[in-house]
Amino acid sequence: MAQAAKLPLTDTARADARRRRAHGSTWIWMGGGVAFALAAVLVGITVGPVSIDVGGIVESAASHIPFLGVRSHLSATDSAVVWELRLPRVVLGLLVGAMLSCAGATYQGVFRNPLVDPYLLGVAAGAGLGATMMIAYAPGQAFDGDLLPVAAFAGGAVAVVIAYTIGSTSRSRASATLVLAGVTVTAFLTSIQTFVQQQHSDTLQAVYSWILGSLDTAGWHDVLLILPYAAVSAIVLLLHRRVLDVMTLGDDEAAALGVNVGRTRLLLVAAATIGTAAAVAVAGLIGFIGIIVPHFIRLVAGSSYRIVLPLSLLVGGGFLVLCDVLARTVVAPAELPIGVVTAFFGAPFFAVLLRTSRSVG
Amino acid sequence: MTALALRDLSVELGGSRILDGVSSSVEAGEWVTVIGPNGAGKSTLLRAIAGLITRKGAVEIRGDESAALGRSELARRVALVPQLPELPPSMTVAEYVLLGRTPHLGYFGRESGQDLEIADAALVRLDLVEFAARRLATLSGGERQRAVLARALAQQAPILLLDEPTNALDVGRGQQALELVDQLRREAGLTVLAAMHDLTLAGQYADRLLLLDRGRIVAAGGVPDVLTDELIGRHYGASVRVLWDENGHVVVVPVRHG
Repeated sequence: MAQAAKLPLTDTARADARRRRAHGSTWIWMGGGVAFALAAVLVGITVGPVSIDVGGIVESAASHIPFLGVRSHLSATDSAVVWELRLPRVVLGLLVGAMLSCAGATYQGVFRNPLVDPYLLGVAAGAGLGATMMIAYAPGQAFDGDLLPVAAFAGGAVAVVIAYTIGSTSRSRASATLVLAGVTVTAFLTSIQTFVQQQHSDTLQAVYSWILGSLDTAGWHDVLLILPYAAVSAIVLLLHRRVLDVMTLGDDEAAALGVNVGRTRLLLVAAATIGTAAAVAVAGLIGFIGIIVPHFIRLVAGSSYRIVLPLSLLVGGGFLVLCDVLARTVVAPAELPIGVVTAFFGAPFFAVLLRTSRSVG
Repeated sequence: MTALALRDLSVELGGSRILDGVSSSVEAGEWVTVIGPNGAGKSTLLRAIAGLITRKGAVEIRGDESAALGRSELARRVALVPQLPELPPSMTVAEYVLLGRTPHLGYFGRESGQDLEIADAALVRLDLVEFAARRLATLSGGERQRAVLARALAQQAPILLLDEPTNALDVGRGQQALELVDQLRREAGLTVLAAMHDLTLAGQYADRLLLLDRGRIVAAGGVPDVLTDELIGRHYGASVRVLWDENGHVVVVPVRHG
């Protein structure tokens, strides 16, 4: 090695090093991610009890663009099905799936733990408690007054603030303390939620169906509700994609490379939590997607957050849209909870991937 | 020029004093190695200099108090190679080495062409070109150590802190790693402060030694002044013989008591 290290620093050798750098495939993966998300959107809009062909939908879309002069041949009913029922639901699926996957990837990076999901710091338990209390104590406002998502969002956000406050009072920078604080808060809030639920057994059905998650109440209203939070969260997380790579080296080495670890972690957790809480508020608790999607991407496209974060947005969004298609078609006209679908189809797929690939993490 | 000056440096962790009034200095281009028994405070000393733990006293990096430097500026002046570096298994060698450019980038900044070139040069210098696209998990111990050194080199900090650089390596790989550090030091004019257990290697590669025991410097100076049967025996509780070969290289061998 000592002899080899004396190699002259030729331009050829430098070029060789550059050629071998593993960044070249980034754009191919991004293109693939965009194609997957678009395909999922198309499937989401076309599949359903009312059969509408792709051409008609494209024509209808074009007719909304001024100066093109395209006229839609869709009937008023079909047009309403596409624009008022299916598209908002698909867009909501994209946003929720993108948020949960991106937040999951971020949490895994910040806490350097591959098993972490976006509900780690108690956002699910807090949102669950908020929603349960709303359904139990103000059922009228919960469903008519649109306060259910607000209560869920507030519950989730408060839970994470409590967990973070408990976890970061320790003098050490160790993220394990924070994870344990999240576990503690989750257990505490879940116990309260269970108590409230038992005291109001008439609300069991409503609470249970909220907890299992669904996109079926979706309309443009829900999309507009989640959009600002999702946008802020996604932008902040994407801006941190290089810093997240540094964070995977651990607190000490990241700090030795000039990163303010405590502040960066707080910012990332806050951004991921806002996105998750917004997703949970409108869609309930959809499990598994925050773990499976980032890991799927790591296994096939590499572990750098430069790829993992943007692809999590695209693939996570597309994946949830496809799961929703299954949720509303498999037992139509009834609907399956979407969390059931994400786990039922996601788990075996992921198991096969784990068996056939070399390493995770 | 003084690269690093420590004045009355003290560190308390969990209520116990790990470093107790350490004062010393390292000249630019010098290689100083800190030796001392387990728990003497060697790693803590390096971590305090790198700004990773709270400390009292003064740490001056090229004339400036390190606490007054921003975190990035400190990282542009001091590179730390920890005892057990974290090597994310799926990260490629090229991606890993490029992380060394972090202190030179803005918070949301991206690497420029120049940053890529500097990282490439580090890969070339440490003979890692053929490994550039390999995942870190697939490297051998010696190759990993070179990857870590390449990252530190890409950081372009004039002061290199090495915490037990030969710990995970066999005798050959350990020796090669230290040779490499010495070459880099001479080429790039680096200042090296290392913490080491192996007294023979410590003595053969350092210009000066600091002997640390229970958080205090108990001996400092040239290798013959610090590596003596008596000092090592007293502070390590060991029975050793310090030998010098005909080329002036020191060898420290343990000999059985009695």
